[in-house]
Amino acid sequence: MNSAEIVCERVSLGYETGTVAEGLDFTVHRGDYLCILGENGSGKSTLVKALLGLHPAKGGSITRYATGIGYLPQQTVVQKDFPASVREIVRSGCLGKCGFRPFYTKAERDRAEQNMERLGIIGLARRCYRELSGGQQQRVLLARALCAADSMLLLDEPVTGLDPKAQIDLYELIAKLNRDGVTIIMVSHDVHAAVRYASHILHIGGQTQRFFGTAAEYRESETGRAFLAAGGAEHE
Amino acid sequence: MNELRTLVDYFVKYPFVRYAFAVGLLIALCSSLLGVTLVLKRFSFIGDGLSHVAFGAMAVAAITGLTNKMVIILPVTLFSAILLLRTGQNTKIKGDAAIAMISVGALAVGYMLMNLFPSSANVSGDVCSTLFGSTSILTLKKSDVTLCVVMAVIVIAVFLLFYNKIFAVTFDESFCKASGVNANVYNLIIAMITATIIVLAMNLVGSLLISALIIFPALSAMRVFRSFRGVILCSAVISVLCATVGIMLSILFSTPVGSTIVTANIAVFLVFCGISAVMGKVRR
Repeated sequence: MNSAEIVCERVSLGYETGTVAEGLDFTVHRGDYLCILGENGSGKSTLVKALLGLHPAKGGSITRYATGIGYLPQQTVVQKDFPASVREIVRSGCLGKCGFRPFYTKAERDRAEQNMERLGIIGLARRCYRELSGGQQQRVLLARALCAADSMLLLDEPVTGLDPKAQIDLYELIAKLNRDGVTIIMVSHDVHAAVRYASHILHIGGQTQRFFGTAAEYRESETGRAFLAAGGAEHE
Repeated sequence: MNELRTLVDYFVKYPFVRYAFAVGLLIALCSSLLGVTLVLKRFSFIGDGLSHVAFGAMAVAAITGLTNKMVIILPVTLFSAILLLRTGQNTKIKGDAAIAMISVGALAVGYMLMNLFPSSANVSGDVCSTLFGSTSILTLKKSDVTLCVVMAVIVIAVFLLFYNKIFAVTFDESFCKASGVNANVYNLIIAMITATIIVLAMNLVGSLLISALIIFPALSAMRVFRSFRGVILCSAVISVLCATVGIMLSILFSTPVGSTIVTANIAVFLVFCGISAVMGKVRR
């Protein structure tokens, strides 16, 4: 078994006004591909913030052994008409390591180039972000996330708004990164893609953890079967 | 050609003309640098709101009879900037309502104070020159110029030092926070330099026209340029050029400085819209 990167024990999440989810008990190991499933409002985004260390857990403990997490947030309105070149955006992934140093070092600039190469967007380096297709934009943001941390990525609904072809491309790309040793945590709606690509599934709903285990186990579980059936109906 | 010679004569002969150019160009440069960020962050109205606050503070400073009005104006505006930025995040009164409230409130109280405690015989003249700048840039004293230069240098230095961070925080705040950049600190820095620029720019264009100086160069540059650095550089060039032309025209034809500069900015914006339309057609 690989070493644990993130351990959550009896975590409960919420705000002053109330609890969003409780009883979260799961471990992410190096090289895992964990998919977090759940309906809207089930506390997925709060969990993301907690995993990133931006929001404290209400109870229980979250232990992070990972040195850093590369984050792919959901797209915002601001970004739709933002004048910035692909290279500028990818480089900004290195900022976390800059501290008060005002400029990027040679090593950081090289790192940005390597990650653009890795995701097949080096040819777009001088292009304007807002003129790219949705799939290309997500690759840019993935490259930026890899600049921030190349051993672990946390992706928040990365395929939302992409056309089916671009969705499959992005899933394949993420799977490839995972095969290369990057630990993946992905928040998703898409249960079919989740069981197909992920190694582990965490399903939260009804303010609690409904399932945690491998994707194969999930397919056989009651929660998984019900959700797959419902999710399937939704898709057709 | 004759006009140009007159202008050069003025420039050589009168120190106040040189001051006007120095201060005007520095302010134009500072405001255009930050304008891009403010427009992209959907904060254009914060500039407008703060300028009204500065007007209110100016009124208070006028009735206290202080010779150096900056002592009151700058802290009040800085404080409001921080307050507005905090309310933008999460409070009971939503961002745009808070800005509207503070800005019209300050305007009303400021105007009332100026009427209740008139510091000169011509209240409406005072109000008008505070709002639209009128000729105050041509009446700058040496101490005003020194202060302005120092502040402008600070603003430009801060902007250059934090350029990459300002870009990242503008583009994607949640990613910044996740990768360990303290986004709140940089938002605070952005708010503070905005407030400083607005206080400086009151001398040049008056408090009602400041937001024009902030947003027009940025919007024009965004029509044509497609990288952040390109937009910033272009916006700085546009702003400095428009300020130069504006001040020159206003001296020659004795038009109000502020509105001449803003008109020049509007003209450039229209030209850039045209360029962008043509470029769009060529690309297609």
